[in-house]
Amino acid sequence: MALLDIAGLSVRFQTNSGLFTAVENVDIQVDHGDVLSIVGESGSGKSVSMLATMGLLPWTAQVSAERMAFDGQDLQRLSSRQRRRIVGGEMSMIFQEPMSSLNPCFTVGTQIDEMIKQHKGGSRRERHERALELLAQVGIPDPARRIKAYPHQLSGGMSQRVMIAMAISCDPRLLIADEPTTALDVTIQAQILELLLKLQEEKGMALILITHDMGVVAETAKQVIVQYAGRQVEQQEVKSLFAHPRHPYTEALLSALPERAAGQSRLPTIPGVVPGQHDRPTGCLFNPRCRYATDHCREVEPVAAPDDPARTLCHYPLGRPDGEASPEPSADPSPGVSPEPSSPSRPEVRP
Amino acid sequence: MTSQTLTMFKFILVKLAQLVPTFIGVTIVAFAFIRLLPGDPILLMAGERGISAERYAQLQAQFGFDRPLPVQYWEFLKGLLHGDLGNSLVTHSPVVGEFFSRFPATMELSLFALAFAVIIGLPAGVLAAIRRGKTLDHTVVGISLTGYSMPIFWWGLLLIMFFSGTLGWTPVSGRISFMYFIEPVTGFMTIDTLLAGDWGAFLSALHHLILPAIVLGTIPLAVIARQTRSSMLEVLGEDYVRTARAKGLSSYRVIMVHTLRNALISVVTVIGLQVGLLLAGAILTETIFSWPGIGKWMIDAISRRDYPSVQGGLVLIAFIVMIVNLLVDLAYGVINPRIRH
Repeated sequence: MALLDIAGLSVRFQTNSGLFTAVENVDIQVDHGDVLSIVGESGSGKSVSMLATMGLLPWTAQVSAERMAFDGQDLQRLSSRQRRRIVGGEMSMIFQEPMSSLNPCFTVGTQIDEMIKQHKGGSRRERHERALELLAQVGIPDPARRIKAYPHQLSGGMSQRVMIAMAISCDPRLLIADEPTTALDVTIQAQILELLLKLQEEKGMALILITHDMGVVAETAKQVIVQYAGRQVEQQEVKSLFAHPRHPYTEALLSALPERAAGQSRLPTIPGVVPGQHDRPTGCLFNPRCRYATDHCREVEPVAAPDDPARTLCHYPLGRPDGEASPEPSADPSPGVSPEPSSPSRPEVRP
Repeated sequence: MTSQTLTMFKFILVKLAQLVPTFIGVTIVAFAFIRLLPGDPILLMAGERGISAERYAQLQAQFGFDRPLPVQYWEFLKGLLHGDLGNSLVTHSPVVGEFFSRFPATMELSLFALAFAVIIGLPAGVLAAIRRGKTLDHTVVGISLTGYSMPIFWWGLLLIMFFSGTLGWTPVSGRISFMYFIEPVTGFMTIDTLLAGDWGAFLSALHHLILPAIVLGTIPLAVIARQTRSSMLEVLGEDYVRTARAKGLSSYRVIMVHTLRNALISVVTVIGLQVGLLLAGAILTETIFSWPGIGKWMIDAISRRDYPSVQGGLVLIAFIVMIVNLLVDLAYGVINPRIRH
């Protein structure tokens, strides 16, 4: 049984101009000790689906799911008291902006202590010892001094380390990291990722890493979910995803990696932006930016084929999971820019 | 720790230095204000009988009003630096003594009014923020808008008519029933009655405080409730509140510890600013309820053109407001570690 088992998760927000669907029909399975990465651009609903799992969305959000279970317990059915025992204790989360994620009014020690007290208890002294130990574990020099520091006295990297210390303080079985390195310096990013992976391995906890950085995915994850505009468009193991992306969006993300663009004078980009509430296209949501889009794509919403393990949300998935080579991109040097995309020059898997 | 104390000391010194220009401005305004009013203190003293020109000139010389204004101002300033604000033209006793014999009554009234405003306003604001957009929220916002717009004298009269007149629950005026005579020790009627060990008198004093405190506290209550609500709403959207919820804390703890603590920073500023408003409001409230504090004293002094009392009283009130604001600045440092360190 998967540790986290989510099926058919949808999140809608009540806005002034009606309901906005931020996440639709997302499935997530994470096993004990697994590392899952959720990738996608800003606005693809990566954070929202995880915040929904944690129960952290504002009251304007309407969350529905066919199944939303943590270790066999249905999160939707639990009382808020029971759910709070899981949230923070068994399943914890760190966020994108470490500097603003710590309460400015309390010391680092107080904030870690509060978490331990909530879930593990223990005497004041034990909790203090534990907090010191945690700070050392996340690589904070001179924990005895830092434990008395206020958040504004810490750098971004230090704050994120404190957040990690707090998140792992109660030995969670699942840690959700929501773009944990986005707000940090490049040099610090690598350190924080390394730390997360080290802790994941040592503690044997599962890790969900939300990111928009394919490079991070390559270095960290075992399983990858690609999300676009609130939909899950593809799900694969990291190796086969990099070798044989099935969804044109994944392919575009990969070709935007600087390593893959070596020899080209310009880094390929994906034209346009993720559609928002008011500019949703008909048919496939990715069609305006897709270099392979056909009239069929513009009219009919795709569904994943039942026999597709990657569950690709595309009318014309690329390649085959059994290792068939991806089709060569058309000769067009600026993919997707031409107003008349050429018909795909590749065998159609399905009409 | 020593360096922290030193920083704090410096902070206070800087703040005090900043008060000096304000204070000088206040003395000029206070001095000029009463002299700009039409009416002459000596003529008012003489009343209907009138006064001869010689006697008038003699009295003017006696009080120093015949000297040029800058000289008079200089004398006033000199006296002020020596802690001497002159003698009242009416009672001939020192202004400082008159002021401070009445000030405790005003302070007691203001403290009760402020307590009323904070005790009701703060929870109302917090509840409105939590129940945002619900009936409770609209009720709090509506009532506080009404309270804020309410003219004090009208509101006071309305309450007197209803609670004292129709229902007969509360006394109409004064600080304590005439049945009791309490030797002033602190000047606070509630404390003095307790010191005298007279429960009946204590209850009577409280009884007399209720209506004036409500009247005086209404506007601060509205301001505090609104500020608390908007400040809470702002903080509720902060990342660290989400972190607090992600820790699995109870919503009570998330709101009362993580949110309110941060929201209080701006609420405390607003509470501090109410002190000036309270002293201004006290003038009206004390007049309505015949409360023997500085408000009533000031009104009497103004109507008699008692120059030394009015200018002295204004300077003292301004001084007190400035000191309170300084204390608020310091309290700010206590609740906001970003300022302290």
